[in-house]
Amino acid sequence: MSTIDLRHDDVQRRVADAVPVPVPMPDGARVPAGTTARDELERLRVRPARHPGRWVATAAVAVLLAMVVSSLLSNDKWGWDVVGQYLTWPSVLEGLWGTVRLTAVAAVVGFGLGTVLALMRLSRSPLLQSVAWAYVWVFRSVPLILQLLLWYNLAYLYPTLSLGIPFGPSFTEFGTLDVVDKFGAAILGLGLSQAAYSSEIVRAGILGVDQGQHEAAAALGIPRARQQWRIVLPQAMRTIVPTSVNEIIGLVKGTSVVYVLAYGELFYTVGVIYGRNLQVVPLLLVAGIWYLVLTTALTIAQFYLERYYARGALRTLPPTPLQKARRAVRTSWARIVTRGGAA
Amino acid sequence: MTATTTTTRTGTTQPTGGLLEVHGVHKSYGTLEVLQGVDLVVRPGEVTVVIGPSGSGKSTLLRVINHLEKVDRGFVALDGDLIGYARRGDSLRELKEKDILRQRTQIGFVFQSFNLFPHLTALENVTEAPVSAQGRPRAEVEAEARALLDRVGLADKADARPRQLSGGQQQRVAIARALATRPKVLLFDEPTSALDPELVGEVLDVIQDLAHGGTTIVLVTHEIAFARQIADTVVFMDGGRIVEQGPPARVLDHPAHARTRAFLDKVL
Repeated sequence: MSTIDLRHDDVQRRVADAVPVPVPMPDGARVPAGTTARDELERLRVRPARHPGRWVATAAVAVLLAMVVSSLLSNDKWGWDVVGQYLTWPSVLEGLWGTVRLTAVAAVVGFGLGTVLALMRLSRSPLLQSVAWAYVWVFRSVPLILQLLLWYNLAYLYPTLSLGIPFGPSFTEFGTLDVVDKFGAAILGLGLSQAAYSSEIVRAGILGVDQGQHEAAAALGIPRARQQWRIVLPQAMRTIVPTSVNEIIGLVKGTSVVYVLAYGELFYTVGVIYGRNLQVVPLLLVAGIWYLVLTTALTIAQFYLERYYARGALRTLPPTPLQKARRAVRTSWARIVTRGGAA
Repeated sequence: MTATTTTTRTGTTQPTGGLLEVHGVHKSYGTLEVLQGVDLVVRPGEVTVVIGPSGSGKSTLLRVINHLEKVDRGFVALDGDLIGYARRGDSLRELKEKDILRQRTQIGFVFQSFNLFPHLTALENVTEAPVSAQGRPRAEVEAEARALLDRVGLADKADARPRQLSGGQQQRVAIARALATRPKVLLFDEPTSALDPELVGEVLDVIQDLAHGGTTIVLVTHEIAFARQIADTVVFMDGGRIVEQGPPARVLDHPAHARTRAFLDKVL
């Protein structure tokens, strides 16, 4: 076996002796000799590169798209007339409202509790840390559908709930079923499991904030709670927002699981309707369209939220779609005007 | 605790400095003892410049002074008040975080990497601590903050966010922020080390202005020429100890120790 000798001076000599590797160039890429030829080259029109492959791919995708659209329109089993009829049917809109309500309340409960859990997890108290850890462990592990059914059966475990001093006397009592009805059980199930996921998102966001920010806030003597709310969390929001909207979009669709409690949200409602009139596919489309509308609204909200929390992180904010459109109109108008003037 | 104040030419009240004492401070990270018994006294209004090779414990010393680091032994006192601890019988008990935070408003700290709050404007950076930590009225604080920004030459940048400013401007905002709580002592941790060379001057000018204004200053730096210019005392640290200290003319020009000489030979 031979050893490779790479002594310093040896390597240096080889680098110095190295001949440049020639790069193959297409025809016409050399600057010609002679002043006239160069002058001519200088006057030539500059044009963009050609991309034939891109054109082929575009055509293929366009054909496929046309096929999809035509089959959607020509196959009357999709039942677009039925879809149109039920899209704004009062009970469908009621179901839609049920879905929106569940999502909103569960998101508030989930992110509120999630933030508290994240702060507990990052606190210096070992008990708070472990409680937060155990919470996330349990609620991430148990399937949502199982949690929902468990909460709905809370009255079996505890027929009454009471408010009072721990281990001491109680002041008032409620029937469990009065407090934890279908909506209550759905909120408990969705909100508490959402809290487990959001606490991890918030924690990751806080950990992503530069250590120097914590130090500067501490060095200035800013009170601890204020350090979190005013200095750390707003900066953490930049990473929290995209994943959170992802989670809320998941929650919008997750509410459909609540149909097991026979709660009147969108998915359950269309189920009831197609159970009666047997128009299964059109009514599933109705639900699908509304879910699409909800997630679209959230996606738009995400853009503006991200933009808001990018203050300070970016020197100049990216333009909003509206600003982009206005700018596009203005520049193309200017182009038309100048071209008209030239002609 | 009393702190008399003087009014500077731009109308900001600049606290006259406090007496800072560091006594027998030991500090270890695991088995590495980064401070091995440091004693230092900075008289009110004096400027002390700490120099020394990296890893000599200069930055740790500064961070001990405002209790960003706990000590293993020894104490730090500002105008006779222990920083971060209180005597309980025959031990020094660490104070509650709330009390430590309150003490820190008397000690301004300027970081090498500025650490401005990027989501707040320059003005909000300066007003945050006086309002939230000292509970002073916002209107009064804001007027004073504008005067401070004016003093560091950035009156027109009050509404800019840190990322829209150059490094030198950011560090000047950070200095205004450190002054906003009217501290008795200002600590600078290599304030110009993260700056492009052409921006160093503007920051040093601001520090020099403060030094002449009577604030007690402890400055860690590698700018030896600047140290010579503003220091009342130069402290040379190496290996977690103060090797020698004295007026710049003595320590920088006629160092008594071989280690000081070796260091100065390398950096000058």
